[in-house]
Amino acid sequence: MRFMMIVRATPDTEAGAMPEASLIAAMTSYHEELAKAGVLLDAAGLQPSAKGWRIHHGNGRRRIVDGPFAETKELIAGYTLIQVRDREEAMEWARRFPAPMGEGTDAVLEVRQLYESCDFEPNHGVERLRETQASSTSAQA
Amino acid sequence: MSREATHRAIEAVWRIESAKVIAHAARLVRDVGLAEELAQDTLVTALERWPVDGLPDNPGAWLMAAVKNRALDRLRQDALHARKHEELGADMDALQSHVVPDFVDALAEASEDDIGDDLLRLVFTACHPLLSTDARVALTLRLIGGLTTDEIARAFLTPEKTIAQRIVRAKRTLSEARVPFEVPRAAELPARLASVLEVLYLVFNEGYSATAGDDWMRPALCAEALRMGRVVAGLMPHESEVLGLVALMEIQASRTQARTDAEGRPVLLMDQDRSRWDPLLIRRGLDALARAEALGGARGPYALQAALAACHARARRAEETDWEQIVALYDALAVVAPSPVVEINRAVAVGMAFGPEAGLDIVDALAAEPALASYHWLPSVRGDLLAKLGRVDEARAEFERAAGMTRNARERELLTARARAVAAPP
Repeated sequence: MRFMMIVRATPDTEAGAMPEASLIAAMTSYHEELAKAGVLLDAAGLQPSAKGWRIHHGNGRRRIVDGPFAETKELIAGYTLIQVRDREEAMEWARRFPAPMGEGTDAVLEVRQLYESCDFEPNHGVERLRETQASSTSAQA
Repeated sequence: MSREATHRAIEAVWRIESAKVIAHAARLVRDVGLAEELAQDTLVTALERWPVDGLPDNPGAWLMAAVKNRALDRLRQDALHARKHEELGADMDALQSHVVPDFVDALAEASEDDIGDDLLRLVFTACHPLLSTDARVALTLRLIGGLTTDEIARAFLTPEKTIAQRIVRAKRTLSEARVPFEVPRAAELPARLASVLEVLYLVFNEGYSATAGDDWMRPALCAEALRMGRVVAGLMPHESEVLGLVALMEIQASRTQARTDAEGRPVLLMDQDRSRWDPLLIRRGLDALARAEALGGARGPYALQAALAACHARARRAEETDWEQIVALYDALAVVAPSPVVEINRAVAVGMAFGPEAGLDIVDALAAEPALASYHWLPSVRGDLLAKLGRVDEARAEFERAAGMTRNARERELLTARARAVAAPP
């Protein structure tokens, strides 16, 4: 299963400030650990929302709104996508994530599980087969 | 954290760290069986202490230090034991204060900071050619994958006892043969690496052949093989065939969701809904392949198979497939890894690129191949080529023959349906 570890934006990230060398080093070695463990799928830092835009859908129309956006804490500054065997493993990797803005600085790391295709397309055929197999197994027992 | 949550957290830490912990111990005691025992003892200690003391800040380092102490203790005991037998009158105080500590300290120093190397040694030892393929697979999943015996048993639809015995015997074989705990030297490396890659691909294919309704551990083998492949690729970044295999697995795994229909029946590559292919895995696969090729490994058997998978992955629609490129790749594969199965696939590609008549020539040349006598793919491919040539009766007969040969009920259904379809008027 896949999890996305999301670093929430801060005034610093929104200002486009470059992280300190020590933080870059910590992030690099953490991501190296992920890669060495074979669980890293993808990772990237995002540029400030000032360089982004939103498309608002409303009243059947689309409206483009350029960044920056005010609600900094709701924005994201980067993500790391991992593939692990279970939730606990994702939890452990998240625990090891370096303090995203450096030690001693407030920051939020949010972890979300991805949907897999099989999650949102209920597969009736598979379910039926499982039921059939389960009942034939219990019949044998 | 509740006790149960702590236990689950410890298990997760263990899954992440166990291979490294075992590898570190094995470097010291030079025996993977004993190393695994020491690692297990370390886990037991963690399970006793962490719920009381809380999880350490760096659980990996804690485990490594703990297992190292256990290994060194064990070596001290053994050395002491050996000494006792050798020199019964020796001064034990002198021994303990000088001789024994000196030797273990030197050993411990020599083993610092080489965890990646230790892990690679463990991979090569678990996949040692002295062991049967089954044993290599089980030992690799246990030591590198960190799977429990029960998980391996479920994944391979084998009784747990059988797997447990297989692992015990494999460890004993390695121990008795005094297999050195090391990465093979250059001369041996290609053959030994081939053995590692074979094990990984076997695990992957076992997962790939899982069908709907199987225990979830079976399809999980794909992810496990892929994870181990990525680990080995990280440890041997200059070995193009490792990257070739990783590329092949990434691209094949990208099709997982499209390989079966809503009823759980297999869907042929050309008929798959390509929008359900996983673009991230395709991209990762193409990246790995590009790195393999940049290392000069484009002609390796795994890199060629990955390149074949990549041809399909790059075609957004089935009709856009570059069949001439596929034929060229099969031609190359037939040189480095010739096999009747490669020939059949080459025939399919030739049929697509240069017309069914050309494909049929290759298939007919294979008719006498004994290795294919019970392989339903041959009549199935022949039927397909004949149908395209309008030789309806012959085509139907081939599909029926193929249906009679497969042991897979789903495939039989598919082939019988094709036999019926070919009989219908155009």
